[in-house]
Amino acid sequence: MFVLEGQGVTKYFGGLAAVSDVDFHVDQGEIVGLIGPNGAGKTTLFGLISAALVPNSGTIRFKGENITGLRPHQICKKGLARTFQSVKVFSDMPVINNVVLGVHFGTSERVKAAQAANEADRLLEFVGLSGRAMVPAKDLTLVNQKLLEVARALATKPEVLLLDEIMAGLNSTEITQAMELVSKIRAQGITIFMIEHVMKAIMSVCDRIMVLDHGKKIAEGTPQEIATSKMVVEVYLGE
Amino acid sequence: MLEVCDLNTHYGKVQALWDISLEVNEGEIVALVGSNGAGKTTLVNTISGLVKPSSGSVSFLDKRINGLPAHVIVELGISYVPQGGKVFPEMTVRENMEMGAYPIRAWKQKDATFEQVYRIFPRLKEREKQLARTLSGGEHQMLAIGRALMSKPMLCIFDEPSYGLAPLLVKEMFQTIQNLKEQGITIFLIEQNVRRSLEIADRAYVLENGRVCLQGDCVELLQSDHVRKAYMGL
Repeated sequence: MFVLEGQGVTKYFGGLAAVSDVDFHVDQGEIVGLIGPNGAGKTTLFGLISAALVPNSGTIRFKGENITGLRPHQICKKGLARTFQSVKVFSDMPVINNVVLGVHFGTSERVKAAQAANEADRLLEFVGLSGRAMVPAKDLTLVNQKLLEVARALATKPEVLLLDEIMAGLNSTEITQAMELVSKIRAQGITIFMIEHVMKAIMSVCDRIMVLDHGKKIAEGTPQEIATSKMVVEVYLGE
Repeated sequence: MLEVCDLNTHYGKVQALWDISLEVNEGEIVALVGSNGAGKTTLVNTISGLVKPSSGSVSFLDKRINGLPAHVIVELGISYVPQGGKVFPEMTVRENMEMGAYPIRAWKQKDATFEQVYRIFPRLKEREKQLARTLSGGEHQMLAIGRALMSKPMLCIFDEPSYGLAPLLVKEMFQTIQNLKEQGITIFLIEQNVRRSLEIADRAYVLENGRVCLQGDCVELLQSDHVRKAYMGL
């Protein structure tokens, strides 16, 4: 059974089919990459999975259960968390509190404040932000705000994590560090579905890659298959 | 054209920039390289008037501009493509671009500039009437560049123009920047794609911990062990 699965997922914005009849699946423990030209519908698909958006048709299953139509907080509590391409941190809140909030948001159980703070400390260290715990989130660089989103998402104790372009704005050396972070997250048993334009990263961390173009799935395969697919080179990679 | 002299900038008590001096000559592409948190965005925010320096000066065409409000700096001929786009989400694509054309000089020729920008980014023409918030991440970036060009800048500052763009568009973006140079626009470029930016730039400055630690000709910097190791992952 797939941990995450979608069938015929479709979303219209007015007359535009942003995501059109897309089938997808992610296996337990996999890292799956989602690539495609700008405007292909990648972030929209993540929005549909995390219930920020409601599909016009199709079903999305998480661990076999139909989660289509649930609210975002319900989906988060079930163990599916995401980060945002256009960062959505709580800007005036200290960095650490952003993560503490994630700890509480991810569970229906009561968590003691001290325990939540410990957990948040640990996660900030994990993503490399421990020196910045007390500053307001808006004072972080954009790149660090994305890392904060990763920490906040991890705080909800996800089984599946959707990462939306966490490597944008990083130089080659920093990308290598970010790739290590992704591998470390997977090593904890978390399944990852990630959107990324950094080919070096996508090709080396992902087990499998899915390609969207104009809302439709146009290719799927191993990094090797994708890199040599004529269609993908044409619409996405360029010669 | 642009001269930054002994610039220091603080955020509260934290000093972000230390004694920065640099210059950009007319017709050049000058790149600014540095890690996440080195102070690159702070530097261009200071140049464009969004952040006030604590000491030092910024001059443009021999006129001192530090202390001037950002909109006046745009009218003098500097425009800025901020990181992540920062477009107006509740305005249409066309309205966003019109906002860029508010300097009187630019407003008078805005019809021609619209044509020019639409030639560079046909996608913006297709989405002309859509609200900017409905654009994808990469389209935001195109719109931010289009908006900056609408002000008919003499100097254009790019903070990570390739941010969030698909590989094919990244190539086009670098080509676009070179074309802008050929059209006579001077470019100050922050870009994490260090190799590509050093390939198209004439000169570059390397910023570390808020200080300029290396500067020079791009051909030389591309050979520098430090640059290759710290920024190109080699």
